[in-house]
Amino acid sequence: MALLEVEDLQTHFRTPDGINRSVDGVTFSIESGQTLALVGESGCGKSVTAMSILRLIPEPPGKMAGKIRFMGRNLLDLSDKEMRGIRGNDISMIFQEPMNSLNPVLTIGRQIGETLRLHQGLSQKEAEQRAVDMLSRVGIPEPTRRVGEYPHQLSGGMRQRVMIAIALACNPKLLIADEPTTALDVTIQAQILDLVRDLKTDIGAAILLITHDLGVVAEVADRVIVMYAGRKMEEASVPELFANPKHPYTEGLLGAIPRLGSSLRGATARLSEIPGMVPNLKKQIDGCLFSERCYKATDICRKIAPGLEEKAPGHVAACHYASKEMVPA
Amino acid sequence: MSTIEVHSPIDPSKLAVVHPLPDVLEPRKSRRLLIGFFMGHPAIAVGALLLLLMFCIAILSPYLGTMDPTQLATWKRTRPPSAVNWFGTDMLGRDIYSRVLYGARISLVVGFSVAFCASVVGLAVGLVSGMVRWTDGIIMRAIDGMMSVPPILLAITLMALTRGSVGNVVLAITIAEMPRVARLVRGVVLQLREQPFVEAAITAGTNMPLIIIRHVLPNTLAPMTVQATYICASAMIIEAILSFIGAGVPPVTPSWGNIMAEGRSLWQVKPYIVMFPAFFLSLTVLAVNLLGDGLRDALDPRLAKRV
Amino acid sequence: MSPLLEVNGLKKHYSLGRPLFGHSREYVHAVDGVSFHIDKAETLSLVGESGCGKSTVGRAVLRLFPITAGEVRLGGERIDNLSAGRLRNMRRKVQVVFQDPVSSLNPRMRVRNILAEPIKNFGLVRSRAGLNARLDDLMKKVGLPADALNRWPHEFSGGQRQRIGIARALAADPELIVCDEAVSALDVSVKAQIVNLLQDLQRELGLALLFISHDLAVVEHMTHRVAVMYLGKIVELAPRHELFARPRHPYTVALLSAVPIPDPKAKRSRIILKGDVPSPINPPKGCRFNTRCPFVFDRCRSEEPELRPVEEGHLAACHLNDQPVSESQLRGVEAMARRIW
Repeated sequence: MALLEVEDLQTHFRTPDGINRSVDGVTFSIESGQTLALVGESGCGKSVTAMSILRLIPEPPGKMAGKIRFMGRNLLDLSDKEMRGIRGNDISMIFQEPMNSLNPVLTIGRQIGETLRLHQGLSQKEAEQRAVDMLSRVGIPEPTRRVGEYPHQLSGGMRQRVMIAIALACNPKLLIADEPTTALDVTIQAQILDLVRDLKTDIGAAILLITHDLGVVAEVADRVIVMYAGRKMEEASVPELFANPKHPYTEGLLGAIPRLGSSLRGATARLSEIPGMVPNLKKQIDGCLFSERCYKATDICRKIAPGLEEKAPGHVAACHYASKEMVPA
Repeated sequence: MSTIEVHSPIDPSKLAVVHPLPDVLEPRKSRRLLIGFFMGHPAIAVGALLLLLMFCIAILSPYLGTMDPTQLATWKRTRPPSAVNWFGTDMLGRDIYSRVLYGARISLVVGFSVAFCASVVGLAVGLVSGMVRWTDGIIMRAIDGMMSVPPILLAITLMALTRGSVGNVVLAITIAEMPRVARLVRGVVLQLREQPFVEAAITAGTNMPLIIIRHVLPNTLAPMTVQATYICASAMIIEAILSFIGAGVPPVTPSWGNIMAEGRSLWQVKPYIVMFPAFFLSLTVLAVNLLGDGLRDALDPRLAKRV
Repeated sequence: MSPLLEVNGLKKHYSLGRPLFGHSREYVHAVDGVSFHIDKAETLSLVGESGCGKSTVGRAVLRLFPITAGEVRLGGERIDNLSAGRLRNMRRKVQVVFQDPVSSLNPRMRVRNILAEPIKNFGLVRSRAGLNARLDDLMKKVGLPADALNRWPHEFSGGQRQRIGIARALAADPELIVCDEAVSALDVSVKAQIVNLLQDLQRELGLALLFISHDLAVVEHMTHRVAVMYLGKIVELAPRHELFARPRHPYTVALLSAVPIPDPKAKRSRIILKGDVPSPINPPKGCRFNTRCPFVFDRCRSEEPELRPVEEGHLAACHLNDQPVSESQLRGVEAMARRIW
């Protein structure tokens, strides 16, 4: 049994001008020790999926349906109290903007200790000691001095390290990282990715990585799900997806990224564009959600929405035409 | 690496299709624009409705079964509410129902005039202070000085210098309330002038007066409208207080503050004299505040978060 | 012939205000002596991390604030000390595209009025018909339907808004466009559209671009020459191929190696810089990079390296490029640079 199994998750929001189907039937699972990336452009539902797993969707205007089984229990059936026992303990989260998720008037030692005392019943003293351990584990120099400091005294990269320390303090079984490096500078991003890679091997937790950056996916993830307009379009192992993308949207994404070092391999080619834009999720769309922008789309695509199909071992995609490719003899 | 696209005719029966999922939220019938707006913003709907009611009362007061609100009738002093005098009569025998209905005129006139005047003056002061940097220090210190005195005290002081009339009351309260608008507008302007679209306008060769009129001013109107409603409510209360302590409109004029002042000494035996105007004043202030809160939510996208 | 834009010794210091006690005012050294030039129809990119001063340089070129020291020349003429009236004429030649597609368009103006503003201000058309023809032409250039002119900014997506922003910059018929992180806020698929659009427009109209970005991959795709900034100074400036193939400053090497590459098979050695960028209020003595440099030696802490040519057209500010430095150290940077690819 997988650690987390999400089945037909739907998260919809009521808005003044219609129902927004932010996530509409997403199914996936994560094993312990695995890093799964949810990748897609803004509005594809990747962050909403993460918030849904933690049950952080405000109801109303939102509403969730489907199943989210974590260690065998459906999180959507739990009471708010039971859910609070899971959040920050079994499942923890790292956000994009560390400054907004840290409390500015508490020392970082208190903030790390808080979760430990709450969930694991440690005493003040033990919690403090653990906080120092956690800080040194996430690579913060002089941890004994730093535990007494406040968030504003730290730089952006340091704050993100503190967030990671808080998230890991209770030895979570699942860590959700929502764009953990997007707000950081590239050299700091490299430090944090390096840290995540190191920690990944020794914490043994499953990581759900939410990002728009395929470069980050390639660096740290094992499996990857490409989302578009609230649906899963493709899922594969990371090497497989980059080497052999099946869905035209994934192909388009990979072609649209400017590559570092391209000028060294001769003249830089024009970036491939995906024409048009994301469809309005408040309207009923019968066919494939990507058909308007897809170079392969035919009438069938516009009428019948493709389901997920295994196109290669461990590689699924939702496209009528994806499996029809063959290498000429 | 060359791959061939084989667009062989697809057999529709063999296609993998998305299995249909039920609707999570029941679709609601979309309503006509205006009704839909009021359904989405109940505070605006209730506030506007109540305020409309007050306006109707104020305008139509002669036709709502009232008598002359200033007519003295000493032989029927302090009568309790009855079929003839619905809200009873005051110490001078005047009909309280008529006085309360006519009193709506004063409150609304004062409230809205002050809101308008304070907004216009405050907007001008705030714009100058925010856009012309060297005036900022001088203007803001003056505003700080004005704001260090509670508006009600400032209004009382100003009224003490002149005689009571509706015009003077409006002027006094406007002066007392203007700094709040000026402060707000200056804050908004300071944010706006850093906005890329303002910098783009500078790069596009637009001169300063046009930048203010075209790019800054229109974007201050939404927060200012909200502020204006609060000032309107506050002005109504200040007007009532001024009249209550005898520093407002002349006592013969039917104003809610005046009526309450007259009933004050009889509060323990004839509470209705104070109750009726107080109730109308509260209701009007509530209506204006509801409208303000509703507008703030509707105009400020950060507060009215839509997913 | 003089280059289109010349920036010499540009400095911009912000005062933090007088402290309550004590007497010395503190200054943020946002830009501290930056010189470069841009030729006609050329793209120069300014790259660096947040706080390095790259945006401040762009805004100084746009004359959005007075500069502290140095000079800015456009077509040979000094523009940093022009009076308001003469400045207006210069403004037409330098336009801007901002990062945030939401806040760069006035929400209370229709697209038509947004685009007509520079055209009217600079008196570029004589008649109403001329204006309409020009507006239609602009829409065509940036790939938007003509009926977009009558709509409001909030009706458009981020990518379309960015197209409107580009159309506004083009409306003034400029010679140089400052692109301040112009594609950074956009999604991958839309970013590609805008990058392609900018390249097409540059080729078609012979525009020069000052392309300010933190994204080295986009920069490599777009640019002719690159200037790398660190703490208010240019540390390396070189033609694209030179800079990406043979970086001569350790910071450039570290930047290049830090970019995640969307290829799980790429095995690169990575230089992970320790620590954070120091405060621009009290920049380090000597070389500004000495607190994080993996190759630091004594001279770096005392003497500030000058930005000087290391090859034809390739400038770098690092003591390692000087002759007296030992062979092994020099080999260090080059070896590092080679290994990141």
